[in-house]
Amino acid sequence: MADKSTLQYTAEHEWVLVDGDVATVGITAYAADKLGDVVFVDLPDVGVSVVGGKVVGEIESTKSVGELFAPVDGEVVESNQAVVDAPELVNTDPFGDGWLIKVRFESLPALMTFAEYSTLVGE
Amino acid sequence: MTTIDTAPQLATSEPSNPAHSAPDLSSQDLSGFAGRHIGTDATAQDTMLQAIGYDSVDTLVGAAVPASIHVEGFRSAADSVLPPAATEREALAELRSLARLNTVNRSMIGLGYYDTITPAVIKRNVLENPSWYTAYTPYQPEIPQGRLEALINFQTMVSDLTGLATANASMLDEGTAVVEGMLLARRASKSVSNTFVVDADALPQTTALLRNRAGALGIDLVEVALSSPHVEVPASFGLFVQYPGASGRVWDPTSVIEKAKAGGAIAIVAADLLALTLIASPGELGADVAVGTSQRFGVPMGFGGPHAGYMAVRAGLERQLPGRLVGVSQDATGHPAYRLSLQVREQHIRRDKATSNICTAQVLLAVMASMYAVYHGPQGLRHIATTVTRLTRVLARAATEAGHTVQSANYFDTLTLRTRTDAAQLVERAHTAGYLIRLVDDHHVQMSVDETTTLDDVRAMADILGEDLADDTVPRAIDAWIPAALQRTSAYLTHPVFNTHRSETSMMRYLKHLADFDYALDRGMIPLGSCTMKLNAATEMEAVSWPEFAGLHPFAPAADVSGYLTLIDQLQGWLADVTGYDTVSLQPNAGSQGELAGLLAIRGYHLGRGDAQRTICLIPQSAHGTNAASAVLAGMRVVVVACDDLGNVDLADLKAKIAEHADSIAALMITYPSTHGVYEHEVGQICKTVHDAGGQVYVDGANLNALLGFARYGDFGGDVSHLNLHKTFCIPHGGGGPGVGPVAAKAHLAPYLPGHPMAQRDFHTGAPVSAAPYGSPSILPITWSYVRMMGADGLRDATGAAVLAANYVAVRLRDHFPVLYSGDNGLVAHECILDLRPLTAATGVTVDDVAKRLVDYGFHAPTMSFPVSGTLMVEPTESEDLVEIDRFIDAMIAIKSEADAVGAGDWPVDDNPLRGAPHTAQSVIEGEWAHPYSRETAVYPVSSLIRGKYWPPVRRIDNAYGDRNLVCACPPPEAFE
Repeated sequence: MADKSTLQYTAEHEWVLVDGDVATVGITAYAADKLGDVVFVDLPDVGVSVVGGKVVGEIESTKSVGELFAPVDGEVVESNQAVVDAPELVNTDPFGDGWLIKVRFESLPALMTFAEYSTLVGE
Repeated sequence: MTTIDTAPQLATSEPSNPAHSAPDLSSQDLSGFAGRHIGTDATAQDTMLQAIGYDSVDTLVGAAVPASIHVEGFRSAADSVLPPAATEREALAELRSLARLNTVNRSMIGLGYYDTITPAVIKRNVLENPSWYTAYTPYQPEIPQGRLEALINFQTMVSDLTGLATANASMLDEGTAVVEGMLLARRASKSVSNTFVVDADALPQTTALLRNRAGALGIDLVEVALSSPHVEVPASFGLFVQYPGASGRVWDPTSVIEKAKAGGAIAIVAADLLALTLIASPGELGADVAVGTSQRFGVPMGFGGPHAGYMAVRAGLERQLPGRLVGVSQDATGHPAYRLSLQVREQHIRRDKATSNICTAQVLLAVMASMYAVYHGPQGLRHIATTVTRLTRVLARAATEAGHTVQSANYFDTLTLRTRTDAAQLVERAHTAGYLIRLVDDHHVQMSVDETTTLDDVRAMADILGEDLADDTVPRAIDAWIPAALQRTSAYLTHPVFNTHRSETSMMRYLKHLADFDYALDRGMIPLGSCTMKLNAATEMEAVSWPEFAGLHPFAPAADVSGYLTLIDQLQGWLADVTGYDTVSLQPNAGSQGELAGLLAIRGYHLGRGDAQRTICLIPQSAHGTNAASAVLAGMRVVVVACDDLGNVDLADLKAKIAEHADSIAALMITYPSTHGVYEHEVGQICKTVHDAGGQVYVDGANLNALLGFARYGDFGGDVSHLNLHKTFCIPHGGGGPGVGPVAAKAHLAPYLPGHPMAQRDFHTGAPVSAAPYGSPSILPITWSYVRMMGADGLRDATGAAVLAANYVAVRLRDHFPVLYSGDNGLVAHECILDLRPLTAATGVTVDDVAKRLVDYGFHAPTMSFPVSGTLMVEPTESEDLVEIDRFIDAMIAIKSEADAVGAGDWPVDDNPLRGAPHTAQSVIEGEWAHPYSRETAVYPVSSLIRGKYWPPVRRIDNAYGDRNLVCACPPPEAFE
């Protein structure tokens, strides 16, 4: 599991782990908890170009359908097949095995720090 | 830990039932229908009024409904066009006279509507059985397991016959199912094209519908003669094939589908289910989606409806399916249990991002169609289809001998003839002889054979075509007119359920077995807020199955249907009168379709005035999600208006949104009374503000049951509304359909209300939203009878009784559960929201726990978590009597005391009668009892249940399991062992 305090965050309750020019993206524990039991995850295919702020996938729970937004412009280099096969990973390990996609980017937009995100969700 | 062994003490209620007083020997006139429809009599109403603190129903409703909108301020009661109330006997006599004005000729018109034999065992035990027709949509899955099984049979039947992985629980009709197919294709296709290709040999009503709906969304529709050789198909996001064609042609669309799919299109095939027992399935042809109707599986034509349409998709597209989808999950003990799957894709969650605006299905009709397949089985269906196509062959031979030319060498049940003589004369000649055939143009006619057609009919048709039937031998092999390559070789309906119930005894018992699983109005109250589960009176249902109403084709000549047209005309007039509008179209066959029709009328009006930029639809936060979904499908953009702390539209925010969007405002959609069950005081001001900005006001009529007779939408500012005949006007819910959602409007919108290219009378001339000209006419006699038997006074009395009942519930339960919203004088409308969130916070008992525990007490739960999460919305309706209302209130109070016991630590939060609910018989009998509450508390919390109790067949159902492991077809029988 990634160290939450070193991750960056978006207002759409996603976390971003930057490693070189690749960003790993998942949803936060806060978002997973709000969604409830996740039953289905739809992720973009590898090779697809994504635009920051645009919807690229869906996370469906028994209560709602959440949208996955691309946090950065770039190209999808990996989709987490384990989560597609076992969507409950989003609930059990949102910052670890429940990661969703990896995107290769050229430039990183301004994202939130852990402190900023914690303030946003009031924790 | 304290164990509570006795049933919780019920709170004492007012002595509403004076069982011990002296017998009353005075007489009471009960000849009027209103006294039968309304559950509470004068004595009961006095008791209830006393509890609330009012001296009459009129003063109560007068105090609840804002004075500024009272109908008396707009017109006098004497102006009503409603005739005085008829008795039940008189109403039936009038309906008989109307029925006599209809002529039931033998229809061979086809075009998606075929005569069929409804097995009497299905007619009596399903269509005419309140256990099936008075049930609600299966949102509480533990208590409609019978209906859910019937629906999963339907899905399995459709999936098998179409050769596709997953079918939904039915669509509104074939035309709208094709439209939904187009919308699905646009969502799912990876093509960037904006073009949708339509088969030139599609049903004409389908093409008309597609044109209307595509227009609103800016989709380019291109018609192509797909069956012609070397056809060039343009690039598209979707391709639609009619199979067999509307002309009757049977052809192989495989290569057309293959090419379209190679270009990224989604291929949709509308297929005839009976034909599919003999010809290759859409799945085998490469289709992604199959749509159509199941009407000819035992559901009467009914002048156009209601019938169950269908949709099936290949693997991978399940989550794109609109409407309802029944799936298999498991209950708390691991037993298989049915439930609605993927509900979160519906409008109440996704709003303007919903998959579709379709909320409901045609459950009652889908159940009938599925039981037709259960009763006949694969061999029986194949026999019916074979007989149909062989008689078609004999007819084709006769037509050829008479000098006409059969236009396609390959057909199933329909022939298009190039006529030797004048086509119109031929049609007229057939009509005189009692047969209806379709006039295509001056030189072509078309005729269809169905299950009811006999060799004598073919003989009569041969005579009409101009030749004695010389050769009446019926060919055995069908290869001569259905190419071997297109004949079906794959198996279907192999599940035991389709291969067991051949005798009528067995069928009758299967239907009873399923009905016994379910909770419908014939067992007790269904206090679902916003659903208006009132009486569906037996007299109202009478005419539905009369042949003069059930046996007519929707495109029968006007001369044959004058009784229907009179009934429709009268009903439209009555509905316009009671809502304060100028005109009504009965065509929309669901509330969602009425919404869409109303919004399309607004769109047409703005376009007509050159205001193409008016595309913003303002929708309050509290609105039902369907409003937003419908607005999107009408080509509008949704802007949400905030609600204040009292649940009312925030006028300041409304003004701010209007200022922001100024001359882009198309409409405001507002529900009245609000979805919070409150008469908003400022509604007149709200309407005026929108009008001043050049917008139109759409008043959602979902809650009309709280207003009828006291105020009218048209009076206080509505330009257009839809009504739910299945709520306010007594059409039964059928377990989740049929519905009827007429659209009512002021005169300036009249030109844009839905008409139909094949209408016998042009009440309206706008583009259609349903496949049939008058939607679902065979159930209109229900509403007609209701209005006819209630009269203006009875309708007003019903509203009064409904509002009284809701306020009585609110007052009696207020000390136990806070009532979330109220309006003028602290009163609610016809429903009240009980806030369970404080209880959940204090005790850990959830709204789910309370809803499921109500099942143990013998009730259907109120509406759960709508419109506010963590609450229950109760709507008792006017039809429940005080004894039943008190029984419900007492149950709620008892459940509250159980929850308090959990809060006090008497029971652990994860093991108590609420969390364990509902309790099956097995759960309290089998094995060791290891819970801190007794078995008696579990299943007999109230002693009256000992003598008679509804036993749920399954325990609480695991929703997540079912959505993660999507199974939407019949499980093997071993699964239940």
